[in-house]
Amino acid sequence: MDRRATFSNLWLAGALVAPQILLVIVFFYWPTVQALYWAFSTQPPFGGTNQWVGWQNFQQIFSDAVYWNSVQVSIVFAILSTALSIGMALLLALMIDRQLAGHKAYRFVYFWPYAIAAPAVGLAFRFIFAPDAGFVSAINQLAPNLWNPALKGWDAMLLIVIANSWKMMAYNFIFFLAALQSIPRGLIEAAAMDGSGVLRRARDIQIPLLAPTLFFLLVINITESFVDSFGIVDITTGGGPARATDLMVFKIYSDGFKGLDYSMAAAQSIVLMFLVIGLTFVQFRYIEKRVHYA
Amino acid sequence: MAEIAIRNVEKSYGKTAVLHGVDLQIANGEFLVILGPSGCGKSTLLRMIAGLEGITQGEIAIDGRVVNALEPRERGCAMVFQNYALYPHMTVAENIGYALKVAGLPKAERDRRVAEIAQIVGLEAFLARRPSELSGGQRQRVAMGRAMIREPKVFLFDEPLSNLDAKLRVQMRLEIRRLHQRLQATSVFVTHDQIEAMSLADRIVVMNQGRIEQAGPPRLLYAEPATRFVAAFLGAPAMNLLPATMIAKNRARMTDGTEISLDPERFAAEIGQAVEIGIRPEDVMIVWPGSEGAHQVEVEFTEDMGSSRLIHTRLGATEFTVLQPTAQIEAEGALHITLPEDAIHLFDAGTGRRLAGKATLIGLRASAAA
Repeated sequence: MDRRATFSNLWLAGALVAPQILLVIVFFYWPTVQALYWAFSTQPPFGGTNQWVGWQNFQQIFSDAVYWNSVQVSIVFAILSTALSIGMALLLALMIDRQLAGHKAYRFVYFWPYAIAAPAVGLAFRFIFAPDAGFVSAINQLAPNLWNPALKGWDAMLLIVIANSWKMMAYNFIFFLAALQSIPRGLIEAAAMDGSGVLRRARDIQIPLLAPTLFFLLVINITESFVDSFGIVDITTGGGPARATDLMVFKIYSDGFKGLDYSMAAAQSIVLMFLVIGLTFVQFRYIEKRVHYA
Repeated sequence: MAEIAIRNVEKSYGKTAVLHGVDLQIANGEFLVILGPSGCGKSTLLRMIAGLEGITQGEIAIDGRVVNALEPRERGCAMVFQNYALYPHMTVAENIGYALKVAGLPKAERDRRVAEIAQIVGLEAFLARRPSELSGGQRQRVAMGRAMIREPKVFLFDEPLSNLDAKLRVQMRLEIRRLHQRLQATSVFVTHDQIEAMSLADRIVVMNQGRIEQAGPPRLLYAEPATRFVAAFLGAPAMNLLPATMIAKNRARMTDGTEISLDPERFAAEIGQAVEIGIRPEDVMIVWPGSEGAHQVEVEFTEDMGSSRLIHTRLGATEFTVLQPTAQIEAEGALHITLPEDAIHLFDAGTGRRLAGKATLIGLRASAAA
């Protein structure tokens, strides 16, 4: 028996899926094809149509030390902010799951950061971490310029990592909490009867059972930190100081729209795309095998 | 080995009270079954002993030590859960040995103990499997093994057999009984299945709506139910309960006019009092038409149980079941029965309390009181 609904009317079926297909074409495939076209061509300096240049754009970016710096910065950023946001979210979700006093209010509030647009997050953190006037300026009382993201590369990196993690933490938190609440209460109780304390239970029972969620969030967070971190960087550090926070996605923007070199920007975005595809592939191929789906 | 004292324990969630002052002493090595319908508070009471629920009022002491403020792990209890609660990401061996791992025993010692327990519960061949690769009965054994390995002072069972099919349930019931005889550990077993309760218990506690209705050896509860609730809950098929009014010291009349004669020596009922007359289906006598004191009942249908037959009838307007031990009489149309006076139970219709009862089990009652 065919349990699917089948349409013999192809025109109707076509008409029904057309809006969706149109959306995908206009907003996904068209720009991708455009980017590919830009990446393999270059504009004559004094006008005229694009000229086909083959791999020249790619050769140029791969031989550029500034570009490799950007790759390195992006990887550091991805690792740090994924670790921080997943770690914090897990901790908060484990606490909320224990249903301590006031957990309902916290559960509600912890999701809010995700609803805030990245530039707004950036702005808020720029104020908070301003070395002269922000809350954090207090530590500069201890020693001048102990904290100064405008001058120190690592401070700037830390600033965007914290801002990005703060936002992603909210998203991760919801997934962790949902996964924790789907673990049968009886398992936790059985572990408690077996003599296991709160931390031990988290380590032996809850976190192993969260493995599928953890894996999913790992993929999402790494991808997000590569492709979706523009807003925060643009508002807080602008890629500086001395390109210490010049993430790949930010460099694409500044080369393309500030430097007006569309071809180089397009080539970089193709590289970024394949990097993300590659990372996701590796994660599915090698990490998923270690994940136990209960 | 431990004795448990439950003193005036109450439990409420917000304003909803689920236990209203429970008092219970559980002797060392006793197998106690808490029996009651769902929502009567029996599991809550068990979880309070285990330390998984807080105690609103009163106190629980294990081996003379008040445990109200102690964590579950400090109470020396092991529990078998209704849905087994096995750790899905661990093998059978890891499941059974988890408590020892937490306790920090060296691996060699752990492996030895796990092998020992696996042999007792018959799981040697399955130690490397995960719970998802086991049948219901095997999972149940893992849960038992996990409880046993800690050599607990007290075993707690929270309806452990209710997820098994009928045949396996009977088998596991025997195994639990055998296990108890071997370990002699104090055991508290919660169930809503009266057959389970009757067959396992040294003593049954019947609970209803957060209160203890009656506690005593299975035989006593069956023979002398203290309340109408206990009478109706224990025994399958259930006791017949006939609403009636006392019209004389030795006679009660049902609403449809049927009169039932009672032994006035045995009952302390007032004339005019609303009562319920109880008689177990197996105590009803089938007699020839025209016998002295015979009532005619209309047969509705019969259930053949193999070794016996259950005849569903109407006595006047009330449903009435008769259990025939051997299926010798073909029952159709009408049947004539008598209610032996010494098998009749009498309950107050208002309070549900027993008014009097059989005098055959005085010896048993005395031993239960002791």
